[in-house]
Amino acid sequence: MTFAFEAEGLVKRFGKTTALDGIDLAGRQGSVLGVLGPNGAGKTTAVRILATLLRPDAGRATVGGLDVVRQAGKVRRLIGLTGQYASVDEDLTGTENLVLIGQLLDLRRTDARARAKELLNDFGLAEAADRPAKTYSGGMRRRLDLAASLVGRPDVIYLDEPTTGLDPVKRDDVWTIIRSLVGDGVTVLLTTQYLEEADALADDISVIDHGKVIANGSPAELKRVVGGQTVLARPADPARLDDAAAVLAAVAGRPADSPTRGVVAVPVSGDAAFTEIVRRLADAGIAVTELSLRLPSLDEVFFTLTGRHTTEEAA
Amino acid sequence: MTTTTTTATAPPTRPVVSRPQERPFGLIRHSLALGRRSLIKTLRTPEQLLDVTLQPIIFTLVYVYLLGGAVSGSTQDYVQFLLPAILVQTVLFGGMATGVNLNTDIGKGVFDRFRSLPIGRSAPLIGSVLGDLIRYVVATVSLLTTGFVLGFRVQTGFLSALLACVLTIVFAFCLSWIFVLVGMLVREPGGVQGIAFLVLFPLTFGTSMITPKETLPGWLQTWVEVNPVSHAMEASRALMVGGSAGTHIAWSLGFSVLVLAVFAPLAVRAYRRRT
Repeated sequence: MTFAFEAEGLVKRFGKTTALDGIDLAGRQGSVLGVLGPNGAGKTTAVRILATLLRPDAGRATVGGLDVVRQAGKVRRLIGLTGQYASVDEDLTGTENLVLIGQLLDLRRTDARARAKELLNDFGLAEAADRPAKTYSGGMRRRLDLAASLVGRPDVIYLDEPTTGLDPVKRDDVWTIIRSLVGDGVTVLLTTQYLEEADALADDISVIDHGKVIANGSPAELKRVVGGQTVLARPADPARLDDAAAVLAAVAGRPADSPTRGVVAVPVSGDAAFTEIVRRLADAGIAVTELSLRLPSLDEVFFTLTGRHTTEEAA
Repeated sequence: MTTTTTTATAPPTRPVVSRPQERPFGLIRHSLALGRRSLIKTLRTPEQLLDVTLQPIIFTLVYVYLLGGAVSGSTQDYVQFLLPAILVQTVLFGGMATGVNLNTDIGKGVFDRFRSLPIGRSAPLIGSVLGDLIRYVVATVSLLTTGFVLGFRVQTGFLSALLACVLTIVFAFCLSWIFVLVGMLVREPGGVQGIAFLVLFPLTFGTSMITPKETLPGWLQTWVEVNPVSHAMEASRALMVGGSAGTHIAWSLGFSVLVLAVFAPLAVRAYRRRT
């Protein structure tokens, strides 16, 4: 199997904090690797090492077979980076931003202009091309950011939490763009805090926690481990929360959890369980104001994999 | 680089521009492109040029009207003495902002992108310093205009005066690498400003800028004689109002090159280490 990028046993410490504690990641050519983890798990540090911005304290990483430390210059010709914070210049216009990147990638000025125009069109920014980026909306800025990482037609693109802070419609826009990238043969490393996002986009998912990979696999495999979907119920009468929890637990065959006040949730392994829960709640006379079937949140994934909630961890 | 990409899956349509190839003279081209970025940013927020526009006017007015009578007997004579020298202070002060601005700029996401691009690590720093040359030009124009209004007249010739301005700008350009280094080492922009002032005060005021050297105590005269900023000021005086400039030009250029050779690599090293 060919990997577009590979990291083996990466370790990175900042003072006394160990950000990465021997992490392994690999992205198959033309696929999306989703790196799922809470804040402070080491996602950004891993991306920064693979993007040649940081040197690992131990372990090695390669992109296209080139070492990210010893052959950093060559690696930089193969990669595109969209950081967690908008990595565009707010004072420059959309065109100026992209032309600058083009020139820094050794495009001739006319080529840099042509490439900028092409990307601005592709990303629906043609009308805003000559306005400073600070006048852009959050979604437009994110699209410009993505466009900037594509100027050099990279083989590998790193997207560090590309949809954090976007509303659902704009998030869907970004998802569409990411899917089209893979269609062009690009390999993507996507970090995210949302299982839903990793499930929607990634071919493989690595779940990381405290700088270690704690689970690895396809979205389907991972969902099998964490129980696939979750049924969530909010009894109309808060006094019946325990009764509702008992119903959920009986059907799912595992204890129900209470992620927020007044709500009980339990992972289930098939759609049939949902119907069963609806029937039993009705039989028991428990009225609910909210009843839903959804993918587990990151917090629930962590609860299943590690036995603790993400919020319990010291940042 | 001779690596060819064999992995590219053919896109449905022929791309307008294909994958860029490495070209020679990268550092110069990249630095100029980044210098242009810095220039655009400054011109788009002209209030950034307020300090270099107003500060020379204020300093000149204060010195000329407070000290003119005492030092030279008249403000007219004093402005001839002061102006070529204060040109150096004005332009040097203008360079402090390079360190402060870089310190702010480097924390932004766009610098992460620069770091991920195949460009020399020094290019973003050189670009900032080049872009800030506009500040020196504005400071020089503002100062000469103020001087002209107060009665300053060049005694030598246009080309000679122009050489004085160019020499001063080259001097400040090289010294601004000290501020770039400070900007890379200090966490907060305010700290950069404070340290830059500490460096600049003995350099610009331990000179014959506002009073003739002969009136100073002996130990201070010794400092004035070795202080490269004094030589830059004396060179500017000689080129604008007459006198022998050779030694002073040699001193200030030599020092400029030395500062550049020491501080530019240190600044780039500090930038590489800063994450």
